[in-house]
Amino acid sequence: MSFVIATTIAEAVAAMASGARPIAGGTDLVVGARHGKAALPQHLVAIDRIEALLVVHDTADGVTIGSGVSHSVLESHPLLASAYSGLADASALVGSPSTRNLGTIGGNIMNASPAMDTGAPLLVLGAQVELQSMRGSRRVPLSELWTGPGRTSAAPDELCVMVHIPTPLVRSGSAYLRLEYRRAMEIAVVGAAACVVLDEDGFVVSASVALTAVAPTIIMVDGLHSLAGANVPEAAVRVGVLAAGQATPISDVRASAQYRRHTVGVMARRAVEAAARRAAGDIVAIPLNRAIGIGAAS
Amino acid sequence: MTDSTTASGTFDVTLDVNGIAYPVHIEQDRNLLSVIRGEVGLTGTKEGCDDCECGACMVLLDGRPVNSCSYLAVQAQGRAITTIEGVMTGDDLHPLQQALLDEGGVQCGFCTPGMIMSAMALLADNPSPSEEQVRIGLSGNLCRCTGYTRIVAAVQRAAAVPHA
Repeated sequence: MSFVIATTIAEAVAAMASGARPIAGGTDLVVGARHGKAALPQHLVAIDRIEALLVVHDTADGVTIGSGVSHSVLESHPLLASAYSGLADASALVGSPSTRNLGTIGGNIMNASPAMDTGAPLLVLGAQVELQSMRGSRRVPLSELWTGPGRTSAAPDELCVMVHIPTPLVRSGSAYLRLEYRRAMEIAVVGAAACVVLDEDGFVVSASVALTAVAPTIIMVDGLHSLAGANVPEAAVRVGVLAAGQATPISDVRASAQYRRHTVGVMARRAVEAAARRAAGDIVAIPLNRAIGIGAAS
Repeated sequence: MTDSTTASGTFDVTLDVNGIAYPVHIEQDRNLLSVIRGEVGLTGTKEGCDDCECGACMVLLDGRPVNSCSYLAVQAQGRAITTIEGVMTGDDLHPLQQALLDEGGVQCGFCTPGMIMSAMALLADNPSPSEEQVRIGLSGNLCRCTGYTRIVAAVQRAAAVPHA
């Protein structure tokens, strides 16, 4: 049994090469172990004190976010609020202030829950993760990372070190919202993120939409190329229909499959509407859930 | 790098609780709450749901709120832990404690230590929060007695006290 507190990426990947599992805030790992979901790993390496993982860099190609950056940093980061709003919408909804303080973007991604909040906006924003091990590093698009609930294509010795999001196109906007029954300590019943690009006249150039908690992983909605040239209300309605049609949800304690299929269409439509408003330069407050009053009335 | 490897699965770590160093001998999977209550001996921090939902176990770790029921004690070494026992100045109540008394924001009192820790973190970030911001700041803390109104009022009252 071992517990290592790493202060550099090199120390962390060396520990992982010896079989240790990484722990940042522990909001999934420790809570999961206490629920009996999966035993706490015998060998742990704490990665929450690695300064190199705590950065948010504005680069020529976009933004690079260290995997150890917490949701509380992301929800109020000015760069995200202006250019990557969908990710800020999602980060602001995770758990409670304590969860957002401890929980990290890297942990959210690598835990690979189909109900994760940051997944759908990261997917529509075209994010890639950078995985590092003693063997080297590689970039993996998020569309190729998640292979099932709690499963990724990363090898056990690979540490997610960075999240890279490309610079958004001009006249684009993004948004994420979820259906929730209460406003704190909630998990998405269903959710949807959209990234919309408009032309100078306000018609849709392109749109990408991803869905939360309606399939074994976060999924992209297919068939959106036909939206080019559509006006926003029409595009939003068509996305809603496509989203509901492509969802394959389960029934559980929080919602029936039928209810999820219906409501994910509603969420997808609203995500497109909000993303288009942001693309047009309107200010839509973060998180979108609060801006449009989803959940209990305030 | 701090490297601890043991065959028995126990570790010697030092925890800084309210500015005092406590050497403890603990298992890897011990949560911070149980160590604060059982080893350090400070029982103001409460165990409510023991499931990261209710916030009764809230402590500050380097000034930020953490559900201590679901945080590994070994991971807290080198961090400054603040519990409800650490908020008074001498015999003087913290303004949040006084405001909760003045507003009637305490009934059974079980949630109160966690509420105060979350509110302290909130006021450190935002010295004059709106009612909505207080409600968001306390959204990880459940109270089954008061209906929250008086707790929220108390936090805003404390915020109005200089240097709260």
